[in-house]
Amino acid sequence: MPDILTPGTKAPDFSLHVTPDQKLALSELRGNPVILAFYPADFSPVCGDQMALYNEILPEFKKYGAELLGISVDGVWCHEEFTKNRHLHFPLLADFEPKGDTARKYGAYRHEDGFCERALFVIDKNGTIRWSYRSPVAVNPGADGILQALEELPK
Amino acid sequence: MSKLKVPVTSDDHIQGDKRAPITLIEYGDYECPHCGHAYPIVKRVQKHFGDRLMFIFRNFPLREIHPNAENAAEAAEFAAAHERFWEMHDKIFENQSDLSLPMLLELAKTLRLSVPDLRNALTARQYASRVRDDFLGGVRSGVNGTPTFFINGDRHDGPFEFEDLVAALEARAE
Repeated sequence: MPDILTPGTKAPDFSLHVTPDQKLALSELRGNPVILAFYPADFSPVCGDQMALYNEILPEFKKYGAELLGISVDGVWCHEEFTKNRHLHFPLLADFEPKGDTARKYGAYRHEDGFCERALFVIDKNGTIRWSYRSPVAVNPGADGILQALEELPK
Repeated sequence: MSKLKVPVTSDDHIQGDKRAPITLIEYGDYECPHCGHAYPIVKRVQKHFGDRLMFIFRNFPLREIHPNAENAAEAAEFAAAHERFWEMHDKIFENQSDLSLPMLLELAKTLRLSVPDLRNALTARQYASRVRDDFLGGVRSGVNGTPTFFINGDRHDGPFEFEDLVAALEARAE
């Protein structure tokens, strides 16, 4: 299993579909901290799954001016349905074609399974990774690590 | 492993002996079916351990997916202000399929709490900050869904059927 990118590394740029006709590039968010949350798949059979949880915590992330991006290998249509179903208020990016390309760059792709790790990255306003964490796929990592990393970002 | 960041204080809703060797904290959402499932299990667990266990319930309403969860949590806090927290907590879980405003008011009535006062408290969001404090403390502690349990301050990652919880609690009691 490749290791995920570690603090101090320049965050690899990417440009991924966020809706069927719109793309979002990491570089567009330069100037604000960014939280990247790679996750295995859109629909999982629990309430309060990782994305639904982050959705509730969004106001806390915003206090640090941080943008949250969810990334999985699911396609835009699937993301659209998931967003509607969970009332998500942040973008989900489709790492769909070439599949998992962005996740691979971050060391967050599970080749044996064909989907993303549950991996978190906090990137500072200049585009450098300041914190990263990989959780076992079955364990929702919560948000305590993210909040602590945001708190420790240089102002 | 995620650790509880907000210690138990007298502001908490506590059942059992405060000097008990085992502390079980649940971060829960009244409208979450998994919390509804856990409700009778926790009761059995409490009975099983007796005065060896202290149980604490804290609010973690997932408002985007459970539209009545926040109101239910605030209604329970209203009851707490009138020393009736646990009765309201139990009634809410026992009526989980309908947590509309009329039902919450009805539950208050059966506990002989003032219906107009509860209505006003909910309209004024009088207990919202209390619920929010619980929620944020939970987030800081690594609550990752509902219910999330902490056993003597450590997050319990794993199933929460009766046998699972008893085993996890026993392991910490020694």
